[in-house]
Amino acid sequence: MSEFEPKIIGFLCNWCSYAGADLAGVSRIQYPSNIRIVRVMCSGRIDPTIPLEVFIKGADGVMVLGCHPGDCHYAEGNLYEERKIKMLKKLVALTGLEPERLKLEWVSASEGQRFAQVVTEFTEQIRKLGPSPISGKNCREILLNLEAAKNAASDFRLRVLVGRERELTEKCNVYEERIPQEEFDSLLDETVDDEFLRQKIHLLTQTEPLSVKSLALATGIKPAAVLKQIVNMRRRNMITVDSIKGTTPLYRALEVS
Amino acid sequence: MSRDEKPRIGVFVCHCGVNIGAVVDVPEVVEYAKKLLYVTHAEGNLYTCSSEGLSKLKEAIEKHKLTRVVVASCTPRTHEPLFRSACEEAGLNKYLFHMANIREHCSWVHPKEPKKATEKAKEIIKMAVAKAALLEPQTEPEIDVQPSALVIGGGVAGMTVAISLANQKFTVNLVEKESVLGGKLRDLYKLYPNDVYSDEVLEEFVQAVRSNANITVHMPATVKHVEGFIGNFKATIDHEGKEKVLDVGTIIVATGADVLKPEGMYNYGEHKNIVTQLELEQLMKEKKLGKPKDVVMIQCVGARENKEGGRNYCSRICCAVAVKNALQIKEMFPEAEISILYRDMQTYGKDFEEYYKNARENSVQFIRYDAEDPPELISNHDGKHTVKVHDILVNATLELGADLVVLSTPLIQHEAVKELSKSLKVPLGADGFFFEAHVKLRPVDFATDGIYLCGTAHSPKTVAESISQAYAAASRASIPMALGRVRTEAITAFVNEDKCTGCGTCIKLCPYSAIQKDELEVARVNDVLCKGCGVCAASCPERAIDMKHFSKAQVLAEATAALGGSCNE
Repeated sequence: MSEFEPKIIGFLCNWCSYAGADLAGVSRIQYPSNIRIVRVMCSGRIDPTIPLEVFIKGADGVMVLGCHPGDCHYAEGNLYEERKIKMLKKLVALTGLEPERLKLEWVSASEGQRFAQVVTEFTEQIRKLGPSPISGKNCREILLNLEAAKNAASDFRLRVLVGRERELTEKCNVYEERIPQEEFDSLLDETVDDEFLRQKIHLLTQTEPLSVKSLALATGIKPAAVLKQIVNMRRRNMITVDSIKGTTPLYRALEVS
Repeated sequence: MSRDEKPRIGVFVCHCGVNIGAVVDVPEVVEYAKKLLYVTHAEGNLYTCSSEGLSKLKEAIEKHKLTRVVVASCTPRTHEPLFRSACEEAGLNKYLFHMANIREHCSWVHPKEPKKATEKAKEIIKMAVAKAALLEPQTEPEIDVQPSALVIGGGVAGMTVAISLANQKFTVNLVEKESVLGGKLRDLYKLYPNDVYSDEVLEEFVQAVRSNANITVHMPATVKHVEGFIGNFKATIDHEGKEKVLDVGTIIVATGADVLKPEGMYNYGEHKNIVTQLELEQLMKEKKLGKPKDVVMIQCVGARENKEGGRNYCSRICCAVAVKNALQIKEMFPEAEISILYRDMQTYGKDFEEYYKNARENSVQFIRYDAEDPPELISNHDGKHTVKVHDILVNATLELGADLVVLSTPLIQHEAVKELSKSLKVPLGADGFFFEAHVKLRPVDFATDGIYLCGTAHSPKTVAESISQAYAAASRASIPMALGRVRTEAITAFVNEDKCTGCGTCIKLCPYSAIQKDELEVARVNDVLCKGCGVCAASCPERAIDMKHFSKAQVLAEATAALGGSCNE
């Protein structure tokens, strides 16, 4: 068997990292040929759903490279991306895909050498991790989890939270209050867990109506916690009772507009 | 083209002479490209950017009725404008063009793996074609450019820019941190290779600046921060404790450089007769040199280091400076013995080699040492020094007595410009100097439109080189100011008003205040203010915002085109 050649997608900002990659070329610095580069104007453009979609399509690793803090061409797009990636790593950890397959790094326009080094190290790291689990034996479950993660990352609540993180934790609100970072992080953790679970329940009940017990089995979450989410989902019109089997209600996902 | 029509994509694969062609199998890549979805034409070119290559591209657009063009060659950061114009000339909206970088990101970095490089080039093109299929024509917003410039730095480079722009009737604000104009030129004695007094040269510049009604000199003043973009920058300066805001169309960085003080090297700072070249010039200028008999100059002190994070660059000018100062001392004191201890002599410029020869003929001794075995300095009780050096050309260790030791130290970046670099959003290179947009193609531009660079802020230079580069920077800056209007990229955000709930997250995130709520409480983007970063689109809770030319669908199409999918269970 020939050696595993990871498929790596790199999203590079136009002003720093893409220029750094160009400089690596101009300086003829060699690095592994696995990375496929997508140019975006700012690393902050990378919506958390984009890396998830790329993982679903079979990438073994995803890199987002932006300007060093303070150097961003758009002031702070990179810092906003840092928050999005932080949330995304939490979400990815729930899917069974290793969060180490996702990496955010800063590379400046003059760091051709650093670009090559960052890419080489990441390629080696992915090589060690092996092929993405979406082609492994639990692939169906992991794909379903990634879909759930993508839907969670598309959800209003999580996006508002991430979009406002810096405002909430770094700047004061009109009452001169500021949420301590730790408090925010635990709120974010909780929201990530809840939203992921809801989206997973939603996906599972799309194909067939399921009971709380079978959902608890499929998600590995206690029935009471599953029921709590279902109550919430019914309020949000995400799920409905399809039928009652004996005395057990079976739930069916509703199309979310 | 109507929306229902299928795109007709043309792919042009460049050999770039041997740059791509010697590594990537271009004919194989062309055959591969022909089979990609929506590709109606593919061809290889020796140089797609040559006039012949461009006319072939334009012909193919007409002949094959192409509605999208992909050029697989070098980086879009330098060549996209050229190919975009060619598309426009052939009647195709320039936003229907996309570039696949198979040189900087492929052939140049994988020269030893031609097979892998060829496969990578194919995939890069596949990705570009996938994005191209989704491209849409765009119209660019136009903005006014104020006919005024901010020149940062009142040295010879900054003054040259100021005079040059002012003579073209542009308003110039010259900001100098000291209370006199002239920069480092003020400290120099004579200039090589024709030995004119620097004061004479300097005086002409200062007079020209002072007498020009279009130039306002702010000094002592520093730039605190800069906002805005080409045509409409707002620069806040600190002028003797008072803040002033200057509205300018362009900015030229001419902040100059400092000279390294070699603390801790060769007993520098402990004896009056161990000085840097710059200090020697000041002594000569002020006629305080005394009458040195034995002079030893040591080159590359604190320069051309070979260590991580070190000053690894060559300061270029120090060789000629040492030759110049040796000749000056010889002229004053013909009987003085002068030795120059060097690693490599780099007297590279016009008339410099003759100047160097002149020094040799004037019995200045040149002794070559090895970087691994640098000279050693021992200070004696009588205030004189002994310099031990291994001459690698005659393979002998020499002991030279010295009553004057001159250390040639490199030009270094000012500590204070780090803040300026952040404020202007323009990068510094690994050596600490400002970093241009492209070393060959855009040597005086920054990647950020409307900001230009010249003088020793960029790299160590002679006065003549600084002046030439200053003319270049002035000329580049005058283009948008003379036109009065520039078109900006159509890469801006747009809001799907049906999806927007008016939550206001985007308004808080936008660094340009380009998003506001309209009378219906939905977000609206001001195209001229929007710079197209896409942070709003990536964060919109309702996913109601997308980007022109970098839509989520386009980015995803490009990213996933090279992936095969998976789950075989």
